[in-house]
Amino acid sequence: MEIFDLTIEELRLRISRKEVSAAEALDSVLSRIDKVEGRIKAYNTLTPEKARGMLAEADEKAPLYGIPLAIKDNMCTRGVRTTCSSKMLENFVPVYESTVTSKLIKAGYVLVGKTNLDEFAMGSSTENSAFKTTSNPWDTERIPGGSSGGSAAAVAAGQCVGALGSDTGGSIRQPAALCGVVGLKPTYGRVSRYGLVAFASSLDQIGPITKTVKDTAILMNAISGRDPMDSTSAPIPVPDFEAAAGKDIKGIKVGIPKEYFIEGMDPEVDTAVREAIKKLESLGAIPVEISLPNTQYAIATYYVLATSEASSNLARYDGVKYGFRAEGRDLLDMYMQTRSRGFGPEVKRRIMLGTYALSAGYYEAYYGKAQQVRTLIKRDFDNALKEVDVIATPTSPTAAFKMGEKTADPLQMYLSDIFTISINLAGVPAISLPCGFTKSGLPIGLQLIGGHFDEEGIIKAAYAYEQSTGWHKRRPAL
Amino acid sequence: MSSNVAGEKFEAVIGLEVHAQLLTNSKIFCGCSTAFGAAPNSQTCPVCTGQPGSLPVMNEKAIQYTIKTGLAMDCSISPYSRFARKNYFYPDLPKGYQISQYELPLCLKGRVVIETSEGKKEIGITRIHLEEDAGKNIHEAGPFSFVDLNRGGMPLMEIVSEPDMRSPAEAGAYMRKLRTILRYIGVCDGNMEQGSLRCDANVSVRPKGQKELGVKVELKNMNSFRFVEKALEYEINRQVRAIEAGEPILQETRLWDSAAGVTLSMRSKEEAHDYRYFPEPDLVPVTVPDNDIKRIKESLPELPDIKRERFVSVYGLPEYDADQLTAEKPVAEWFEETVKLGAKPKTVSNWVMGELMRLLNEEGAPIEKSSVTPQALAEMLALIDNGTISGKIAKTVFDEMYRTGKPAKKIVEEKGLVQITDTGALESAIDAVMAASPSEVERYRAGEEKLFGFFVGQVMKATKGKANPAAANDMLKKRLKG
Repeated sequence: MEIFDLTIEELRLRISRKEVSAAEALDSVLSRIDKVEGRIKAYNTLTPEKARGMLAEADEKAPLYGIPLAIKDNMCTRGVRTTCSSKMLENFVPVYESTVTSKLIKAGYVLVGKTNLDEFAMGSSTENSAFKTTSNPWDTERIPGGSSGGSAAAVAAGQCVGALGSDTGGSIRQPAALCGVVGLKPTYGRVSRYGLVAFASSLDQIGPITKTVKDTAILMNAISGRDPMDSTSAPIPVPDFEAAAGKDIKGIKVGIPKEYFIEGMDPEVDTAVREAIKKLESLGAIPVEISLPNTQYAIATYYVLATSEASSNLARYDGVKYGFRAEGRDLLDMYMQTRSRGFGPEVKRRIMLGTYALSAGYYEAYYGKAQQVRTLIKRDFDNALKEVDVIATPTSPTAAFKMGEKTADPLQMYLSDIFTISINLAGVPAISLPCGFTKSGLPIGLQLIGGHFDEEGIIKAAYAYEQSTGWHKRRPAL
Repeated sequence: MSSNVAGEKFEAVIGLEVHAQLLTNSKIFCGCSTAFGAAPNSQTCPVCTGQPGSLPVMNEKAIQYTIKTGLAMDCSISPYSRFARKNYFYPDLPKGYQISQYELPLCLKGRVVIETSEGKKEIGITRIHLEEDAGKNIHEAGPFSFVDLNRGGMPLMEIVSEPDMRSPAEAGAYMRKLRTILRYIGVCDGNMEQGSLRCDANVSVRPKGQKELGVKVELKNMNSFRFVEKALEYEINRQVRAIEAGEPILQETRLWDSAAGVTLSMRSKEEAHDYRYFPEPDLVPVTVPDNDIKRIKESLPELPDIKRERFVSVYGLPEYDADQLTAEKPVAEWFEETVKLGAKPKTVSNWVMGELMRLLNEEGAPIEKSSVTPQALAEMLALIDNGTISGKIAKTVFDEMYRTGKPAKKIVEEKGLVQITDTGALESAIDAVMAASPSEVERYRAGEEKLFGFFVGQVMKATKGKANPAAANDMLKKRLKG
């Protein structure tokens, strides 16, 4: 096995035992990138020089010393271009470091590069990137999912040992599922958003995308916790997530929401997820049928709230201070030209939707109503999670689809997040992990949802499942 | 200013929105300094320049100051309050939205008592909320404009009044009263010229006796108390003339042009922004525990209205004196300290409002900078009381005290200003004056009594003003009678 194929857990051990040097690990990853990046197109920016510099400065005793990680290109890295895959920020170099990457620096990581995403994290396929479409390592004619498609593809292709993504409606979990890797969206407030370029502030969370559940736990240990720079980060103690991986799951109750096993779902996905639940049962878990009655309103609610917040969050890209500026006859014309040309079609569509939803006369009918429904959806989860420990669902209704397959129909694209969106509205944590492959060899993801700040519960269940299967050991043939 | 600017037939209705910059050391959502006058953009950071990914963090002091203000203005403090985004595009607004408060402000329903020549009146406070200030656009010659974001993110309180004012004079009195209260409680320096206190006005006119309000116009850009009154006066006249000429009043925003002394249309209602307010997701709602309210209430100083009443009842001061002395807290404190040292309240009041204020105003200095201390004034007044110096000489002494900081006693000694009460010395001075003016003595004795003043003047001249006036008068009268 090549070094780039190792997990964080394995590499950490080998570096600490001096079986592998951190420089060798970085070189292995960089040469892997040389070999496959032309086909995968996972990165917007590669930072080999920066990585070597970081390695020189890192503390050998730090917990993630020498671990080469990729960061989604919507988290600010000081001195390293942070584009959000938008023409608007094509040449934007942050003057400050996001909290998560600051923590990773302290933990000794090395930055391999910044990964591609749907522009401003709006999309489910990375096809909305202004620069490139990332390929799914399992079938390069297919999309890797999105919006953290670059991070998920890079992990799956061995172009980094682990990565960070961000998840507003499924943007960590869906690409993790489609690329056959593990992705966790933490509880809202568990991880600081400071330095994450905002899409929808009340829904955004940063989380790990890794090859295994244990790796996810390791990264969660590094990035979690209250941050004085983010008022919405919770002053709640951070447990040792790594320790949760390996605990017994006998007797835990696994909720199966009937609303998540629906007509029209890919039968191969349906089968794989049901098999996974049986596997959990064989490990001692108790399946319980539950109901999340307001599930049907999730997509509509999400697209009102997320776009409303986005319309405001993206107002700062006005050509005045940083980023792209188009010439204009006067101030208003400069604004209009800058935003017309700087943003891609999906971003503009969402800004328009959100602006409309917040407009005088429509606010109550859209934003106000959506907030109320959000409360109901949250209550669904709160009620269900009183009865069960975790909830098991598919992550995505289908495996990876072909490039261009859904670009003409935004609604079809929005539906790829149907199983992940409610979780952001409820604010609870959820993990996606591989639970099988389609006949054509595409990965399928299992989603496990936990109660507020109970990442331990889903890590525990996910790890137990993972260890009883071999899915996580498969690698795409590249 | 007369109170019937709107004339006999019309009545003006005025409400004010006052922005007060809070005296916190750091900005509302970041650690940048709030000091005035620094080089452009030198007091900025990722947060207050709206860098992608940056987030606001609430300055707790700003919340406390706003609650303090609410309590000082008799508001109820909302136990649950939250911030909202006000969305609009402008170069001085780096995030494309201002973080403000909308449907759940910190303070609601208060009142402030003002006094004009017509008497006392209560002005309702609709709400007080907290928000961030915008930066400043700078337009210089050349093809570019510049943006200075030092002011961006300064903590601002918006104090919204009910439309309870009926004249520019009332609006002026209200503004001054707000300033007094804000300075008393130490939350704002009240400097209108530097922009730490700003005022927008909503004004309409209606026929007297009519209940419905007229069409309101919003006035902006009035950066002094005087301009608030002048702009309102102009605008009320303009509206009355328009109505009398049968022209409609347009709902619009108008700018006060202080150079031309007119208001000019800035934008109409149709051009007004739809701010698309919605709750700020980057900040958690503010919950104010009862204990905090109690603690802040206890920290409030004696407020001007109460102090004023106390000055009247305890010190027996006329209302006017009490009003003047309590307009600024340091003045009131200076006065009380002097009185505590044994000086007579009304005498202290006269000296503070008269000589001391005149001298301070001449150099635009606050009372804290006065070289005359309450102790020094009390000592000087004691010298008058015990007859060492006359009240008239005291003015010279006081001037000298203010100029040099020396105690009264020393000045009196150095300059030989001790009052002449000694009968012998006075007698010889009077005798000399009478001897020098025999014809005037003749005429006085013949009944020309108004000449008495002439003799007093001559005696004062002869004694270089040091004659004890009462003693000199008595003795003069006796000697002139012959």
